[in-house]
Amino acid sequence: MSATGDLDVRVPIGGLFVLLGILLTVYGYLSPATTAAAFTRNGQINLWWGLVMLVFGVLMLLLARPRRPAV
Amino acid sequence: MAPSLSPVGLRWIDYTIIGVYFLFVLGIGWRLRRAMKTSTDFFLSGRSLPAWITGLAFLSANLGAQEVIGMGASGAKYGISTSHFYWIGAVPAMLFVGLFMMPFYYGSRARSVPEYLRLRFDEKTRAFNAVSFAVMTVFSSGVSMYAMGELMHLLLGWSFNFSVLMSAAIVLSYILLGGLTSAIYNEVLQFFLIVFGFAPLVIVGLNEVGGWSGLTAKLTALAVSQGHSADAYTHAWRGMGAPEHNLIGVEWFGLVMGLGFVLSFGYWCTDFLVVQRAMAADSMEAARRTPLIAAVPKMVFPFLVILPGMIALVIGGSGIIPAKVGPGGGPLLNAAGKVVLDYDLATPSMLMHLFPNGMLGLGLAALLASFMSGMAGNVTAFNTVWTYDLYQAYVRKDASDEHLLWIGRAATVVGILLAIAAAYVAAAFNNIMELLQLVFAFVNAPLFATFFLGMFWRRTTGHGAFFGLLSGTLAAAVHHGLTLPAGSVPGIKGGYFGVLQTFPSELGQTFWTAIFAWTTCFVVTIVVSLLTRPRPDEELRGLVYALTPRPVSTARSFYERPAFLGALTVALLLALNLLFA
Repeated sequence: MSATGDLDVRVPIGGLFVLLGILLTVYGYLSPATTAAAFTRNGQINLWWGLVMLVFGVLMLLLARPRRPAV
Repeated sequence: MAPSLSPVGLRWIDYTIIGVYFLFVLGIGWRLRRAMKTSTDFFLSGRSLPAWITGLAFLSANLGAQEVIGMGASGAKYGISTSHFYWIGAVPAMLFVGLFMMPFYYGSRARSVPEYLRLRFDEKTRAFNAVSFAVMTVFSSGVSMYAMGELMHLLLGWSFNFSVLMSAAIVLSYILLGGLTSAIYNEVLQFFLIVFGFAPLVIVGLNEVGGWSGLTAKLTALAVSQGHSADAYTHAWRGMGAPEHNLIGVEWFGLVMGLGFVLSFGYWCTDFLVVQRAMAADSMEAARRTPLIAAVPKMVFPFLVILPGMIALVIGGSGIIPAKVGPGGGPLLNAAGKVVLDYDLATPSMLMHLFPNGMLGLGLAALLASFMSGMAGNVTAFNTVWTYDLYQAYVRKDASDEHLLWIGRAATVVGILLAIAAAYVAAAFNNIMELLQLVFAFVNAPLFATFFLGMFWRRTTGHGAFFGLLSGTLAAAVHHGLTLPAGSVPGIKGGYFGVLQTFPSELGQTFWTAIFAWTTCFVVTIVVSLLTRPRPDEELRGLVYALTPRPVSTARSFYERPAFLGALTVALLLALNLLFA
């Protein structure tokens, strides 16, 4: 596993999605009316899509965790 | 009257999201910096990656801006028929390369596609392929950078220089640090970001136009009002009987042979940019599974990248695709006095109009991800071909591995600098780039005939391959020079040798040019091969079908077997084609 430096790609993916998910969810919760867009009946899209990303990120981190690096 | 693109101001939340994404991209490179010890680590990830990672990277390396922006534009122009690029084009070719060609690419231990050509044929065939490929990758990443710079300027008011230099600097840093592994890891990250950035765009967009039934009703009304048949936008196969009856302007034979067979197989089966990802896999089994794993998401990608363009055409009653700017500053009008839409802005316009701040940052990060993954794919393929097929082959044959690793890093820097230069050339002289892309199309069209004969007919000789390729390229230029799409003047669009035939559309002409090039290459390769001396069988072991043992699947579970994955994909493919016929 030398060319990967024992880095499981699911760790950075999970990390990024957890972070972006939290950012979107919190932002969507605090300012639900923020909609600069011309169309949108989904004013809460930040909130619910943030949660979807958060769940996906956690899932990725869980999948990465149990694997011990190959020796 | 087409609406204009009103730039939405970015807020801190959008900048934060884009910034966090950039940090992760660079972080992956940083984390991998010590893992690059040999040239094989740097150029082939030490052949150590599992199939699902190389599979997603295989898909993502092709998922550049031309794909995301271009497929949205085609969706707005041709409707659901655009999915032919996936369901007739890419997916069957991906199955073929995985099931039948990967045993030779991976099994021969060639480090690149041109190197396979040297093993199978000879030095001159390799040199022809390596040089044209190296030049092509530099220019296509330059064109992609140029497109991004223009788009970011238009949408966000960022300066062209800033966009180009920033994206180049980021891609340069992570490849320099972590080589192909870094590029592949980032491609996997970018794959998920693009899916999560564009899926909500489609969901919200469909919601806005009344779901799938609302969308088809609106598109049917639009098709009728434009004088097309009612199902022009909403059915992929109806109307394919004759070029006048569909929006693409081509009949089923030109579509299936030109796009489905020649162009798609030529790209997915021979282009080192994608094949390199499979070569990085940790076993023959994983290398064969790479394109098969990529084929599954590829099948549903039309819904992600084509639908935004179709929705943009009708949302809000008259759509949100801005008009092209005419010479007087007003909207550009065609000969019939109708407004000409700037289809390339269909997808970006959807992002700007449908996402509030927050999601907007995510959507833009996904768009930037597609630009950067396309660029990184080109750069990693370029540095490998330069180092192994040009430098080691012709400059310093006895170079040590350490020296090659150094040359690879230098080639990464030089490749990106050349791409930046190409972006500025594109900005200054649009015609030069158009001309170059035309030449590349001529070089690429016959390629699959060479590989197909080389792998499946052991009698094929090096002279046959070389002169076949050359004459195929010439045939493409001659066919293009003698035909013209309707409504164009002779010049860059064709007809420079005189006009023998007029095609209803540019795509129709492109497909038929490819068919001519492929057939010429196929015939000339066979004739010249029969006239020249074949190589003895012992030299061809592992390189041609008849002299290579069939790969035996060692997969533990049935769903990991290439044959099972292939059969599943074919079934899904048929179902999709029937569903949207």
